[in-house]
Amino acid sequence: MDITIHASVLPHDDPDASMAFYRDALGFEVRSDVGTGKMRWITVGPPGQPSTSLLLAPPAADPGVTEEERRTVAEMMAKGTYGWILLAAQDLDGTFAKVRATDAEVVQEPTDQPYGIRDCAFRDPAGNLVRIQQLP
Amino acid sequence: MCQPALMRALVFAQRLKDLAVLRRVRDRIDREYAAPLDVEALARGVNMAAAQLSRQFRLAFGTSPHTYLTARRVERAMTILHRTDRTDLGVDEVRGMVGWTTPETFGTRFAEVVGVAPDACGGEAGRHGTATAAAGPVQTAAVAGDAAAAPAAASPTAPSSVAGQRTTPVRNKEAPAGEPQLA
Repeated sequence: MDITIHASVLPHDDPDASMAFYRDALGFEVRSDVGTGKMRWITVGPPGQPSTSLLLAPPAADPGVTEEERRTVAEMMAKGTYGWILLAAQDLDGTFAKVRATDAEVVQEPTDQPYGIRDCAFRDPAGNLVRIQQLP
Repeated sequence: MCQPALMRALVFAQRLKDLAVLRRVRDRIDREYAAPLDVEALARGVNMAAAQLSRQFRLAFGTSPHTYLTARRVERAMTILHRTDRTDLGVDEVRGMVGWTTPETFGTRFAEVVGVAPDACGGEAGRHGTATAAAGPVQTAAVAGDAAAAPAAASPTAPSSVAGQRTTPVRNKEAPAGEPQLA
């Protein structure tokens, strides 16, 4: 077996705002940008790590999603209870300071968690929670 | 002829904006729980009346902002009290560190959420006694009630059974807006 985790997917609401967050606040590179309007699929990822990407995609784009389900997803995104991702950094506190300096929405300052890690959290423009934890 | 559809779209767009405001209130609790924050201040921050915020917050998240703030503070207090490298800290110092301004209510509320008094959490007796068996890391995670903070997702060493669980204070489960005890 030779399977890698190639891309994770997070929903966006405003594609340009999400792209700007991952590019300008987190320092990711934009690897591809497909589609128009709200139907855009934007691939971003950390420089120097071409084998790992994050795909910013329109939520509930599958035609099998009902209108009611689409509304629920949109509501959960707005509430901040839908998408989330876990990232990591060698220097958590330095990373936190840099990201905060871009006026990103801070959800949690660097904190020692009772389950043994130290992490912080930001909110992306689509309402996704972006946790960043200290690498051991 | 498309007026009703347009109206529905506008109403829904407003609903999403309102929910995003509530999200920012909840995020502010997570970010500033250690500050002297209360529901009045949270409401002022988004130009709402405290009662209105409490009602809408509960409709959106299933818990009042006061209950959410209380749970966050107790969770952090318990984490600090369990830290073996900070046994120098007394209960009252920890209370202050998590933004709890009324000493007389801290022990009661802590016990309601955790199941044991705060002074039973630290030290040898607390760490190894039967009383804290129910207030260990598992309970800590449950108190957080925050799926994003669920240890199963954040740490491979944490038990997966607690992910997404929520524990609310017993007595204050239906905390009315503007309850006097806004710690």
